[in-house]
Amino acid sequence: MKMPLAPVDRVLRWALVGLCVLVFIFLLVPVLAVIPLSFNAGSFLTYPMTGFSTRWYTDFFTSPRWLPSLWNSLFIGSIATAIATILGTAAALGLDRLGGVAKQALNALFLMPVVVPVVVIGSSLYASFAALGLTASYPGLILAHALLGAPFVVITVAATLSGFDRRLLSAAMSLGATPWQAFRRVTLPLILPGVVSGGVFAFATSFDEIVVTLFLAGPQQRTLPLQMFDGVREQISPTITAAATLLFLVSLLLVAVIEWLRRRGERLQASAPAE
Amino acid sequence: MRQPMSRFLRPRFSAWLLVLPLFLFSAATFVVPIVMMLARSVQDPELSRAFPQTAAALALWDGRDLPPASSIDTFIAELRDARGTEGLSFAANRLNSEISGFRSMLLRTARSLPRDRQDDPVAALARIDARWGERSTWAAMRRASGPFTDGFLLAALDRQRNDDGAVVRVAEERAVFVTVLLRTLWISTLVTVFCLLLGYPVAYLLASMPGRIANPLLVLVLIPFWTSVLVRTTAWVVLLQRDGMVNGLLQRLGLIEQPLTLIYNRTGVLIAMVHVLLPLMVLPLYSVMKGIGRAPMLAAMSLGARPFEAFLRVYLPQSVAGIGAGCLLVFISALGYYVTPELAGGGGDQMISYFIAFYTNRTTNWGLAGALSLILLVVTGLLYVAYARLSRGPRAPA
Repeated sequence: MKMPLAPVDRVLRWALVGLCVLVFIFLLVPVLAVIPLSFNAGSFLTYPMTGFSTRWYTDFFTSPRWLPSLWNSLFIGSIATAIATILGTAAALGLDRLGGVAKQALNALFLMPVVVPVVVIGSSLYASFAALGLTASYPGLILAHALLGAPFVVITVAATLSGFDRRLLSAAMSLGATPWQAFRRVTLPLILPGVVSGGVFAFATSFDEIVVTLFLAGPQQRTLPLQMFDGVREQISPTITAAATLLFLVSLLLVAVIEWLRRRGERLQASAPAE
Repeated sequence: MRQPMSRFLRPRFSAWLLVLPLFLFSAATFVVPIVMMLARSVQDPELSRAFPQTAAALALWDGRDLPPASSIDTFIAELRDARGTEGLSFAANRLNSEISGFRSMLLRTARSLPRDRQDDPVAALARIDARWGERSTWAAMRRASGPFTDGFLLAALDRQRNDDGAVVRVAEERAVFVTVLLRTLWISTLVTVFCLLLGYPVAYLLASMPGRIANPLLVLVLIPFWTSVLVRTTAWVVLLQRDGMVNGLLQRLGLIEQPLTLIYNRTGVLIAMVHVLLPLMVLPLYSVMKGIGRAPMLAAMSLGARPFEAFLRVYLPQSVAGIGAGCLLVFISALGYYVTPELAGGGGDQMISYFIAFYTNRTTNWGLAGALSLILLVVTGLLYVAYARLSRGPRAPA
């Protein structure tokens, strides 16, 4: 690139950079502009701010509507994550040992909840769960969130297993380990980063989920996204910006955990003895 | 041979055992509910459950004049037995969706049926309500007599069967779904085009930069990707309100006199959806462009091509796989969008998902919800197969 650029090309280059700057502003501004508003002392959602205040966060944490919805989200998310992680990890371990058409078909089935439009899943579950009395119930919502989270666990655990040296297991078994001991002492520690980041993915999915929740939640199961959804639809209060900021921070935190696990996994693989 | 055989079988068996729980879970919470929902789009059970013999008799009727007196006798007998049952109420609702007013007519007829057998059953019914003497009433009953129907699928395409059984367009004021389908495709297309126009330059710039600059910038693309759709849509609703930040800024800059209507209309839907889906365009484009590298452009330029020319003739054709993957990914995701149009759009901006939810939740018409789900699933599925082919297909040789 040592050639001098013609003026036209230089203009094009700067136009490209300028456009990209605008796109980055477009991508980031909505979230970045709303976060300061959640600290606004006044109750108007516009700049200039009238002063710094944490009153909307106080409102959030003392409100009889917002706080229970946070607890609901945490409760439903934790149990759904536990189910998704156990089922997804087992399935990934099984898939790893299967081959051929069966593996491909099962893999496609397990990943399908990500591809099928959520509204179809929500509407179908609503109709089926209605007959079983599971609508407007915690078990129904937890099962649905586990379904949506499980594919991520299957993906992440399968990814860690693809770099897994099967000879380690043979070595453990030849030294007298039972299959369970070999799993507990050899397989599990090696796939644990995949299991944990799959679980984090599943939790993030549940914590953000709104469409299926709209179908299945009753008045007792209002989650944080559902509370926000109704708030935006009825009347936007500054408390919503506080809730949005909190949700944003939670997703940032979860991404940081996943990224940290990924880097750690890469380091471990890099430091593993060469073949 | 026994030893190696059992060795071969045992790991397979344990593998199946490990897969089984998620398989059963997916079957129970995913496959069965969705199949049942889709099946509802062709099932029509209410009438054949409430009046099984009448339904069977009407199936044999040639549809001309009125059904034979024996069939109508059967109907009167079954209607008498059905009085006060839940089944009658379901059947009445079903018939009301064929002809409005049918529900009250049927329930009133059931209450005032003559006590004993009539010589002329049609006349006896017509004394209660004159409409029983009309062919269209019985044609509607025959259409609804199930147990299977193509009525919901036809309704989802603004079609219906007339009294002669021919497929015709529904009345203008009831024809909504073709408009909704076209609107869904149109909004998804616009969102895809805008995402490509905004995403391609960004992916190109990122791919042409050294990693230590590109990686932090890539994080800026990933942050919105990771932020919940709801949070981002909320942010846009706040920003684009009448007295929101964007209008405030434009007014202070003197670009506009009056605040623009930017939200609760098509503009709001497009802005919010492009924002939500843009990372899905940038990421596949970036990964394909990383694979192309700088070499082809530099080679073309060293042969005398101007940068823009080299881009058009050398780089752009090589990035087509990324364009295809990104566009399909954005388009497929956009098709099923529900929350963003609902929060950022107006009544005329709702897409097919809104109507699936509407017929599931608010007016319980699961047959129609199933038919609309089927349409959405088929379109999504076909495009997804294309996407899988494209992203798995042969890459440009390195």
